[in-house]
Amino acid sequence: MPEVLVFATLNGLVTGLLLFMLASGLTVIFSMMGVLNFAHASFYMLGAYFAYSISLYFGYWIGLIVAPLIVGVLGALVERYGLRRVHQHGHVAELVFTFGLAFLIEETVQFFWGADTKNYQTPELLNFPLFTLFGQEFSAYRGFMLAISIGIFIGLYQVLTRSRVGLIIQAAITHPHMVANLGHNVPLIFTAVFGVGTALAGLAGVIAGPVLTTFPGMALVLGSIVFVIVVIGGLGSLPGALIASLLIGLLQSYAIAANVGMPELLELLGLEFPPSHPLDDLWTLDLAQIAPTLPFLLLVLVLIFRPAGLMGKREQ
Amino acid sequence: MKTLAAKWGLWGGYLAVLLLLPQVFDSILAISIFNQMAIAIVFALSYNMLLGQGGMLSFGHAVYFGLGGFLAVHVLRLMEFETVYFSIALIPLIGGLTGLFAGIFVGSFSTRKAGTVFAMISLGIGELVAASSLIFTGFFGGEAGVSGDRTFGPPLFGMDFFSDVDVYYLAAFWVFVSTLFMYLFTRTPAGRMANAVRDNPERAEFIGYSARWVRFISFCASGMFAGVAGGLFALNYEFLTDENLNLVTSGRVLLMAYIGGLGFFIGPIIGAIVLTLMNFLLSNYTELFLLYLGILFALTVLFLPRGFAGFIMMHQIAWLRGRLHSLALPYLLTGLPALLFILSAVCLLELSHANEPVLHFLGLSLARDSALSWIGLVLGAGLGALLTAKSTPRLRRAWEAANAPNSEAGQEAAP
Repeated sequence: MPEVLVFATLNGLVTGLLLFMLASGLTVIFSMMGVLNFAHASFYMLGAYFAYSISLYFGYWIGLIVAPLIVGVLGALVERYGLRRVHQHGHVAELVFTFGLAFLIEETVQFFWGADTKNYQTPELLNFPLFTLFGQEFSAYRGFMLAISIGIFIGLYQVLTRSRVGLIIQAAITHPHMVANLGHNVPLIFTAVFGVGTALAGLAGVIAGPVLTTFPGMALVLGSIVFVIVVIGGLGSLPGALIASLLIGLLQSYAIAANVGMPELLELLGLEFPPSHPLDDLWTLDLAQIAPTLPFLLLVLVLIFRPAGLMGKREQ
Repeated sequence: MKTLAAKWGLWGGYLAVLLLLPQVFDSILAISIFNQMAIAIVFALSYNMLLGQGGMLSFGHAVYFGLGGFLAVHVLRLMEFETVYFSIALIPLIGGLTGLFAGIFVGSFSTRKAGTVFAMISLGIGELVAASSLIFTGFFGGEAGVSGDRTFGPPLFGMDFFSDVDVYYLAAFWVFVSTLFMYLFTRTPAGRMANAVRDNPERAEFIGYSARWVRFISFCASGMFAGVAGGLFALNYEFLTDENLNLVTSGRVLLMAYIGGLGFFIGPIIGAIVLTLMNFLLSNYTELFLLYLGILFALTVLFLPRGFAGFIMMHQIAWLRGRLHSLALPYLLTGLPALLFILSAVCLLELSHANEPVLHFLGLSLARDSALSWIGLVLGAGLGALLTAKSTPRLRRAWEAANAPNSEAGQEAAP
């Protein structure tokens, strides 16, 4: 039992921190522009695909650096020439635009790379077990993912709270007109933040691509979960996003690892049902089966009982 | 009195078109497309009720469509095994009631706020139902889906529903009734208040209406009509899978309503017809259909925020002032190069994706390996783009001139 717990925790941390890399960009972009970017996970997918193509010619490490930069530039262009144009038509139009963009990016990826799964490999350098615990190996690549995610988190936190740039960004979120009056180019700040946010998503794609497989549906798989995290954490709250990412990551990891379900629960309660009961599907559920639905269940519950999210500000 | 007559004429014409269509185009293929259109029209209109009329952006509208469809299929199955005796004609009603009850349940907690919160709840519910549809295989049939048979019901006016034409007439009836009721809904106080709450919930509250209650009514009605569309789907295809209630279907209806034009009653009808036709005409010839659809959608959101219907309605002022003809030539001068650009670009995309060495496109035969065809296409696209850009200022000037107020006061036509 302890080895299951330890590995479930480690895997949950890896997933959670990876999700945080996506959620952090999304939540900062939300607090600046007031729009949830549906296409955020699509930039994550683009990161993985660009890195895959680059790794074929120049190796993994060049891809790790170049792919997020390309994705960031693309993101900035989308903000400058797409979102800013739609902004005048209101929030619904913006949300619909990013929804369409997610659709378009998925189709574009299929156009250039095809619909099949790409054989994007972890680098040779990290192809060894980092440590062995209870006879189970923890790969060095997962350790590397963990290190990068933690590094990004600390870096982001320092930049946003300790540097001058971060100060201006925070001011631009709450008082854009005042910041503009002080001589800063607020639209440019918005574009830059959007670019950095999408670049972070791209980086997450680069490091997740080899583990979670690189295929055209990868944005859809993660996209709605990242949404869930941002909403549960409280829209616009960075610490909330971190807590929610870890919560979701661990929750899913434990649910898959735990070998319990309705049969065990019924046994505990001393109940029994005939095998061909009409609600048979319900009585035979186990936790691993419903793991994919847990984030959405949590989302609906949070939105009903605490619409502002865990750390969000109360709506005025 | 004149407008009343025009209104009756419009609805009569609508009914006549619905009834005459299968007489004019009587091939099996055409009928199957009309059936698809009928389903799409009801579904898109119900979506417009939510987003266009009520201002609630939903990412999970397929839930009501799918649940209605699944229950309808189960009723078909019960009829097949003669457990219940029921009329085929009322199957869409089963779907509608299912949609209504699902709407009442979900709406009871999701309509408290519009905007992002509502959109997120709808997304959550949509994903939740889609994920459960793969778990509860008894009701949803898992990945294989559930199928029924529509021919076991008692015959209706001599129709036994073996052929698609019979289904068409039934669908036409339901489309007409649904369209009429959804239109009438926009005229009721509830429909009017839905518009008010969409535009400014605070003011609506101040004059004594509960924004939440108004949203709830729209939401339930919209769920009901989505369920009717689901019931029609079940009748037409006799088969439902988990795809009918997941995000793909929800996204498609959003696309349809948006491209057609939100806020206009006729918009979603246009969107449903155009997209169904596009789907039929293009998906047989190209693998890139969804890419074109995505581009079309993105361009619509960027340049025509009120969709096709909005584009048509933009010309109302010029028409009322009798200056529509002055726009024809500038439109032609911009439109033709734009068409050249679009066709060249499409051809480039197709050529880069062609499986065979020679691509046949609009009577042209283009070799994939010949540099000439590539250069020609790039030149064509470049020329088209250049001429379009050159002629746009003229179009804009003509547009402004056509929309300018008349010089003599009092000639202003009522909008």
